[in-house]
Amino acid sequence: MNNILLCGVGGQGTVLASKLIAFAAMEKGLQVRTAETIGMAQRGGSVVSHVRIGEEIHSPLLPKGSADVIIAFEPAEAVRCISYLKKGGTVIVNKKAVRPVTASLQGTYLDGEDMLRYLQSQAGHVDVMDGEAICEACGSSKILNIVLLAAAAKSGALGITPEELDSAIDKRISEKFRALNKKAIAMVMNQ
Amino acid sequence: MIQKFLMGNEAIALGAIHAGVNVVAGYPGTPSTEVLETVAKENDGSIYVEWSVNEKAALEVAAGAAYAGARTLVTMKQVGLNVASDPLMSLAYVGVKGGMVILSADDPGPISSQTEQDTRHFAQFAKLPVFDPSSPEEAYEMMIDAFECSEKWGTPVLFRPTTRVCHGCASVPIRETYEKHPIEGFVKDTMRWVIFPRTSFLNHEKIEKRNPQMGEEFSSYRFNTLTRVGDDDCRKGICTSGISYSYACDALECGTSESYKILKIATAHPFPEKLALEFLEGLDEVLCIEELDPVLEKELTYICGKHHLNITIHGKLDGCIQAAGENSVESVKVALKPFLNLEWDEVSYTETPELPVRPPVLCAGCPHRASFYAVKQAMKGQKAVFSGDIGCYTLGNAAPLDMVDTCLCMGADVTMAQGLHRAEPDAVNFSFIGDSTFFASGITGVVNAVYNETDIILIVLDNSTTAMTGHQPHPGTGVRMMEFAKHAGTISKPEDICNRVSIEKILQAIGLTSVETVDPLQLSEAVEAVKRASKLPGVKAIIFKSPCIAVMKQQTRYQITDTCINCKKCIRELGCPAIVLEDGKPTIEKSLCTGCSLCTQVCPCGAIVREEADHE
Repeated sequence: MNNILLCGVGGQGTVLASKLIAFAAMEKGLQVRTAETIGMAQRGGSVVSHVRIGEEIHSPLLPKGSADVIIAFEPAEAVRCISYLKKGGTVIVNKKAVRPVTASLQGTYLDGEDMLRYLQSQAGHVDVMDGEAICEACGSSKILNIVLLAAAAKSGALGITPEELDSAIDKRISEKFRALNKKAIAMVMNQ
Repeated sequence: MIQKFLMGNEAIALGAIHAGVNVVAGYPGTPSTEVLETVAKENDGSIYVEWSVNEKAALEVAAGAAYAGARTLVTMKQVGLNVASDPLMSLAYVGVKGGMVILSADDPGPISSQTEQDTRHFAQFAKLPVFDPSSPEEAYEMMIDAFECSEKWGTPVLFRPTTRVCHGCASVPIRETYEKHPIEGFVKDTMRWVIFPRTSFLNHEKIEKRNPQMGEEFSSYRFNTLTRVGDDDCRKGICTSGISYSYACDALECGTSESYKILKIATAHPFPEKLALEFLEGLDEVLCIEELDPVLEKELTYICGKHHLNITIHGKLDGCIQAAGENSVESVKVALKPFLNLEWDEVSYTETPELPVRPPVLCAGCPHRASFYAVKQAMKGQKAVFSGDIGCYTLGNAAPLDMVDTCLCMGADVTMAQGLHRAEPDAVNFSFIGDSTFFASGITGVVNAVYNETDIILIVLDNSTTAMTGHQPHPGTGVRMMEFAKHAGTISKPEDICNRVSIEKILQAIGLTSVETVDPLQLSEAVEAVKRASKLPGVKAIIFKSPCIAVMKQQTRYQITDTCINCKKCIRELGCPAIVLEDGKPTIEKSLCTGCSLCTQVCPCGAIVREEADHE
């Protein structure tokens, strides 16, 4: 069984990322269950996608302390979900903090540095990704989810190899965006 | 059978299609919305699909079709069933000819709802059967069973999934072929189709006789299951249903040395009493694991009393299961720990740094922000109450706008503003309603205000879509669901395909003192319109018309230049998520700005300017 938790802020593209993982796993003949946040929280609130891959899966939600990997689109959201991480688990986290309106009003939560430090002190392995730099190099702000997925695949904790991810993109992403997504994967792999 | 990776709602929709559904009607509501959307998408052209104006209309459209022998599906969320309850209660007496399934999706948590009400109670109240799936796979099969049950007994059937089944995805085995259902046609029969006190008496008797028979049949229904784990003489039992069943299965994987039985109930009403008695035999204690209300718990307690069984029933009523909110694998583990001596290793982490609160907010560039801000500016220093409603615009309550003082249910803003005004006539009473909500249940409230001459200002926030539930068309959009689905949801700015019902003309016809349509993104004009309306007597309306930014492409972007004096007025007054503090100075986040220009109209020193075109 492989348990994966994706978390971020509504609108960052977590749902598509979880669908790609599920598709890649099903291509390998594995059973998959996922659960998504749909509804009000999608308007800039905290969102979480649960993905479970294996033989016999009951609940679509991960039990606490069971995630092999947390793929976090934002540092504070990774910390918010830390209780799902299994002992010694991996965290793939995007470096850039997304500041909620309340924080801008109060002038709090200025950057994600203390969040990243916390993650490094708790998880077995942490990869901090500069997603924005790769997005900029690829010329699109819409591929952060692929960057993080590629990093998770590269870490080995995803249970899906970068090649399998690549082939899932061939089959699931429209031709218009395929080259862009593959470029992002290649950049992560060459880092 | 083929395997398909489906969201629970997609599985439900395919189940209905494979059961030969002919007519589908509904009103959007999380977590039910994708069911109707999927039927429309997968429709080969033989199924009639509509978004109705509200749930009551949807249920009545479906009931009419079912009287004529069509198989019909009605979709809504749990609070929608309250709106549809008038036809529902009567239809339960009259019955149907074609199979009719009423899907009412419950929302434990609640995650996106006003209440944690339990549709299983509605089933008991209306004396109707209810199906309660525990996974997307089961939901697919159960939908086919529900149609069969409905036609066999000539009754509408409730179908009650919860959020985690609706929005959970799984690989679901589905049929490759299915038969279409021929529609017999309406056969006149006043004794059958016209509800009268005399026929209702007879129907009531019939239903009370029927339901125990149905409960008996449900005792051998394939998804009501009784499993024994361990020794034959076990003394403990778990009774559960829906998604809680899967949590219990996961929790029990921790392992226990005790023997136990598990009863899974897929039909909470009529309750499968015979199966329950088989489960209870030899037990000392039962733990009921369910969400929302203690429905199973009360049924078992009743059966124990009825059959003089000395068994202790635990659950929500004695605090073994939390009274409100969602269950989880963890909460079920905690409940099972003392019950079955469950053991597991806890993973713990040190205390986290203080986390930013991240409530949902109006999107960057949302025209509702401009509308709320205009009213706030116009009413500065005056006593005013702002009644809000259900939709994205409920988020106007958040700081710094703070422009939603009340929110109750669909359409209530219009009528509550009138009550507030009667109690406190010296306040200016505003009512904020979205376009879809206006059609769903706002119009009668406006008529009420005009008829009773109650001074209110109606603000219609017209963004030309049903935004919160994911952009469904409605009577004001000029698009219907069938055409919308045919174009794969891409007709965002279509030529009118059907008649556009005009909100402005409706309001004029009702006879308001004034009706003005204004672009809220033109701030000073918007403020002036509100000021004008506030000086007039009677019922005044302002339609703030500007499309939802999610259906309109980004045109331009703005940036903050060096002339910024760092007064932070843009942040303090608007709360746009695209304006953040970077090194203590307001900065516009490129990827979020939609170019609405509201901040440029608020900036006191003209520091926010349009950015040159950037080719992304």
